[in-house]
Amino acid sequence: MSIILPLRELKVGQKAKIHSVTASGELGRRIRDMGLISGAEIEITGRAPLRDPVALRLIGFTLSLRNNEADYITVELL
Amino acid sequence: MSRKLTVALAGNPNSGKTTAFNAITGARQHVGNYPGITVDKKQGSAFVDGREVQVIDLPGTYSLTAYTMEEVVARSVVADERPDMVIDVANAGALERNLYLAVQLMEMGAPLTIALNMMDEARKQGIRIDARKLQSLLGVPVVETVARTGEGIESLMLTAVANADRQAGKPWEPLTISYGPDLDPVLEEMVALINREQFLTDRYPARWVAIKYLENDEEIQRIGRPLGAVAAELEARAREVAEHLEATLKTYPEAVIADYRYGYISSILRQGVVSRLDALEDRLAVSDKIDQVLTHRMFGPLIMLGMLFLIYQVTFSIGEIPMGWVEAFFGWLNEAVSNILPDGMLKSLIVSGVIDGVGGVMGFVPLIMLMFMQIAFLEDSGYMARIAYMLDRVFRFFGLHGCSVMPFIVSGGIAGGCAVPGVMASRTLRSPKEKLATLLTAPFMACGAKLPVFLLIVGVFFEEHQAGVMFSLTLVGWVSALLVAKLLRSTVIRGEATPFVMELPPYRVPTFRGLMIHTWERTWQYIKKAGTVILAISILLWLAMTFPKLSVDQLATFETQRTEISAQLEAAKAEGKEIAKFEEKLTEVDNLESEEALRNSVAGRIGIAIEPLTKWAGFEWRTNIALVGGFAAKEVIVSTLGTAYSLGEVDVEEAQPLAERIANDPHWTPANAVSLLLFVLLYAPCFVTVVAIKQEAGSWGWAIFSTVFNTAFALALATAVYQLGSL
Repeated sequence: MSIILPLRELKVGQKAKIHSVTASGELGRRIRDMGLISGAEIEITGRAPLRDPVALRLIGFTLSLRNNEADYITVELL
Repeated sequence: MSRKLTVALAGNPNSGKTTAFNAITGARQHVGNYPGITVDKKQGSAFVDGREVQVIDLPGTYSLTAYTMEEVVARSVVADERPDMVIDVANAGALERNLYLAVQLMEMGAPLTIALNMMDEARKQGIRIDARKLQSLLGVPVVETVARTGEGIESLMLTAVANADRQAGKPWEPLTISYGPDLDPVLEEMVALINREQFLTDRYPARWVAIKYLENDEEIQRIGRPLGAVAAELEARAREVAEHLEATLKTYPEAVIADYRYGYISSILRQGVVSRLDALEDRLAVSDKIDQVLTHRMFGPLIMLGMLFLIYQVTFSIGEIPMGWVEAFFGWLNEAVSNILPDGMLKSLIVSGVIDGVGGVMGFVPLIMLMFMQIAFLEDSGYMARIAYMLDRVFRFFGLHGCSVMPFIVSGGIAGGCAVPGVMASRTLRSPKEKLATLLTAPFMACGAKLPVFLLIVGVFFEEHQAGVMFSLTLVGWVSALLVAKLLRSTVIRGEATPFVMELPPYRVPTFRGLMIHTWERTWQYIKKAGTVILAISILLWLAMTFPKLSVDQLATFETQRTEISAQLEAAKAEGKEIAKFEEKLTEVDNLESEEALRNSVAGRIGIAIEPLTKWAGFEWRTNIALVGGFAAKEVIVSTLGTAYSLGEVDVEEAQPLAERIANDPHWTPANAVSLLLFVLLYAPCFVTVVAIKQEAGSWGWAIFSTVFNTAFALALATAVYQLGSL
């Protein structure tokens, strides 16, 4: 049984699988439009100079989101 | 039969859609705005097999929901204009996410052709795609393309046109995806209801409408409500399902729908369509390495500052050369026309009103072109997204977005910019509220036209601390912009921060052609404006500064004085005495006349009329005229001050005599000086900027708001400072 933790706590270079996305409304839709849905595999590729936003990699592309937006996402460490 | 076909180009941002559009249409394209909003409307034409095809470039979107203006536009063009064919340009390297849009287009029933773009990059990444298989599984033609080189574009267009012919006259056939045991039964009931009541069925497929109700789509709800009870019924159904899902699975219908769409896509891709050879060099790895430096905790911001400084340098050092040519041309035109036309009103109107007015605006064209070329470079290369990424945290605090930094810098964040391209650069912001806050506050920056005024006043009153004062003014510009943005965002433009879920595209070398097209599009919009609105405004201002004229009696008085002095001058000459004194007197009369004329004109009367108000900030009527004139263009302030202080024409470059005059005028104190500096920095943007604000904000309302608000804000601050300073 693997550990479920908030996306915010991942460190640069860590890989994880998305467990759940609890955002609704505009944010929820944007997150899903980008392919951040449960089951998707991600890797943290960087953080902005002020530690926020965070950059992460999905298959084939990189995207960024803010920490408070990442709080709607929980992941499972790979 | 050779009916003219319409093809719409859809696709994700960064999928190479714009490059494909350029490749398809070549030079036969034009840009405008969709009515009432600032989303670009790009159209072009192409000849395919001798047939003319009209190509519409839809705004880049990830989806067809109705959250952004781009999405609303893309959706309504497909639904209402019913193009003969929709081409979805998909990035082959990120096929899963890119097909998400394709699936939504298919659910709308739009006739579709897919362009698998960036095949070269995908191949380099070690991705193999079986296009034939994808085509047969999706039931839609798939063509491999590399838009950057033009590879496959011809075959894409031939396929799209053939496909359009095949489907011509047939009804649209929407794709049906199963949304699972929770949603499918409800969907069916809703579809039955929609079909029975013919609810919106003339525009959209029934199942699509039902899905939109489940997705809680505000646009469809808004359209549906006036149509009566059906809408309420559909909304009630959607609510029920939502509550049920929330209670049982802790999820939302929209999330379930997205999951099933992605499920549908991956079920297709898994059937041997995509295979990855991990051994090959990943192109994104290169991008990551660059990012490790360019967005590094310490070096990142430093490199960014350097980059911004460089842009500024290039624009204003190189731009000065062609700007000189343009100015020289208008100077020549001015002289040529002056020589041809006889003295009089018509000459004054054409020379001072039209040529100087439009010339002043056209003088900016080289600067704007250079600025836009560099911005286009940053955008196309992928660096712009990184700037937004690095600065988002700071700007968010003030209710702005990471993307707001560019407009600020361009407007004069480093003193000497220009608010016109700055306001136009706010177009890179996708979120309407933050964009509005950005373009309303960008004009607070210390733009190049304000500098002569600063130099003049600072030179007179703060000779010892010139650099310090100039730097403080730049800082005051930033602080005001950020604080006012914060104020606006917590009052009139209130609203949640727009999500920062943003793609960081891989770094690329922009194509020269793309840069040129981007630069020209924006520059041309600016030139068109100069030719229309600004021409009218220049004439209006000329009228205000010219009419009403002095009465015949007043003119005669000046004429008499001149004749007297001339006679004395002649006499002095004959006696071999000093004549300089008389010449001086003669100029003085001329100056007095022009001061009287100005005082008598509409602009002068306004200056006098508002004196009771502005005296609290320490400005008397002559300063007021200059400030009113400065509304046309800030450059005018110094020369108008010169005229108003009866010095005749003052060269902006050589403000010395005016400086002396001000220094010796008992009316001027350091308190006045500071209050004027602040006022000039912060009051109403110049006309050209106001027009640009109108263009970007989509309405005159915000343009007028910025004029009134900024002036009130500046006056309040100037008054406070003057009153404190005069204690």
